[in-house]
Amino acid sequence: MTLFKHEMKQSKLSLIIWTASIGFLMATCVLLFPEMKGEMDSVSDMFASMGSFSAAFGMDRISFGSLDGFYAIECGNILGLGGAFFAAFCSVTALAKEEKDHTAEFLLTHPMSRASVVTEKLVAVLAQIVIMNVLTLAISIGSMYIVGEEIPWKNILLMHLAYFLLQLEIGGICFGISAFVRRGGIGIGLGLAVMMYFLNIIANISDKAEFVKYITPFGFSDGADIITSGEIDAVMVCIGMVLGIAGIIAAYVKYIKKDIAS
Amino acid sequence: MNNMKAIETKGLTKFYGKARGITDLDLAVEEGEFFGFIGPNGAGKSTTIRILTGLIKSSGGSAGIFGRDVSGKKDDILADIGYLPSEAVFYNGMKVKDVIKLSADLWKKDCKAEAAMLCERLHLDTEKKVEELSFGNRKKVGIVCALQHNPKLCILDEPTSGLDPLMQREFFSILREKNAAGMTVFLSSHVLSEIQRNCTRAAIIREGRLIACGSVEALSRTSAKRVNVHGDVFLGGLTDVRDVQRFEGGVNFLYGGDIKELLTVLAAGRVIDLSIAEPDLEEIFMHYYQDEPQDAAALKGGEQNDTL
Repeated sequence: MTLFKHEMKQSKLSLIIWTASIGFLMATCVLLFPEMKGEMDSVSDMFASMGSFSAAFGMDRISFGSLDGFYAIECGNILGLGGAFFAAFCSVTALAKEEKDHTAEFLLTHPMSRASVVTEKLVAVLAQIVIMNVLTLAISIGSMYIVGEEIPWKNILLMHLAYFLLQLEIGGICFGISAFVRRGGIGIGLGLAVMMYFLNIIANISDKAEFVKYITPFGFSDGADIITSGEIDAVMVCIGMVLGIAGIIAAYVKYIKKDIAS
Repeated sequence: MNNMKAIETKGLTKFYGKARGITDLDLAVEEGEFFGFIGPNGAGKSTTIRILTGLIKSSGGSAGIFGRDVSGKKDDILADIGYLPSEAVFYNGMKVKDVIKLSADLWKKDCKAEAAMLCERLHLDTEKKVEELSFGNRKKVGIVCALQHNPKLCILDEPTSGLDPLMQREFFSILREKNAAGMTVFLSSHVLSEIQRNCTRAAIIREGRLIACGSVEALSRTSAKRVNVHGDVFLGGLTDVRDVQRFEGGVNFLYGGDIKELLTVLAAGRVIDLSIAEPDLEEIFMHYYQDEPQDAAALKGGEQNDTL
């Protein structure tokens, strides 16, 4: 518990900044919705007819004029990409920062097994992801109340659940990477998140690349897919969770016998 | 006392890829000893210590702390050890007192009284942030963290670097008190005088190999005498003469053989003035490092006999 508390204290500032930034952008989008709704009727057709560009963001499948459609595209990109970055950032630094900042010699010579070090750090990462998601969801719902729109609960909650699962997957994979690298982890983590994001866009544009949706967690958290089908693709989620768990297992296996650099 | 060794390594070896860390190191430190570990930078002192504290794995051989193999359960082994790294680095943004508290919490012990006493004696300002501290003051934080929980064994990697002479003295008097109360001290250093002044036994490591191990007294005494002769003597008949320096009107050498033979040779020569003195550890140390390994190995054998 001591290490968990210490981790949370250490990452408090970063958690506040990420949550505030993502929450602020999402609230802004929701608050702008009533103003845009009126114009959307005409714009929607235009957005829907921009060919590949529309397809890339799923705008050919959902309506920009409804709150959930608008939310899927605007907020989906903010929370999807922002959340993925956040999850990648805090998990890829979780283990690696001790060696990078030369604090590993201090921490790891206390009477604690390596496995419990990994566990407490993992729990701290998960706690940060949960806190960020709960708060941004609350901010979003709050903004919807403010603009007085009827809240499409099911679709909103499904999308948020999907983004949460996406962050768990990226977090798990990056946590695994964190056990292997000493420095440069942030680049790898954020790069991975960006790559996953663009893989989904490619899948949206080309029918031939449809299968990559199964590789990237952005596949199962694509707002347009969730709204049109009314559910999250269970197969894709399972693949994602397996990848995330594999990352976590790799972290344990590697870190327990890792030679710590001075 | 039972025969439990505080530290025992057998054939301990570590390679970093192809680079040598340590080779075939046999070391034994009894419980309650004040043990010095001497060697120049890069000899393998830190490598040995990092294996003992479980930070790295050995490539071969075994190492044990109080009879427990270091490859076993880390929390059990580390529960007996207080460790001061050569470069004490802490979490930025934390105050000194928070670092000390964090360390105590990780030990699951309440060390407030002990920590306060140590901070007081070391003149450590606990309200400062760790990143604002000088190297020496960071070292003090490390010392408090290593000692506040009263470990059975304290492993210190070059503890005095960065400390001013007054602080060094205070630090060693703290260590001696704790040692008298039963704590085993294992101290690495390249400053010989502090080993000579404080330690009861010492080991000398060179290029990853242990080249001598024995009581500090024996290390200084048995190895040789520093003989300084003004006059004209013929040293040809003597065995175990090293480091011969001839100067205008005399000769200076280290002599490790029978004193009677030396006296016979000296009596046969023309001696104007003579001094025979204990070489200090520094001199022996330099000698070990300049000499061929077999010479050192011969000495090592001698030491071991002496300590039996």
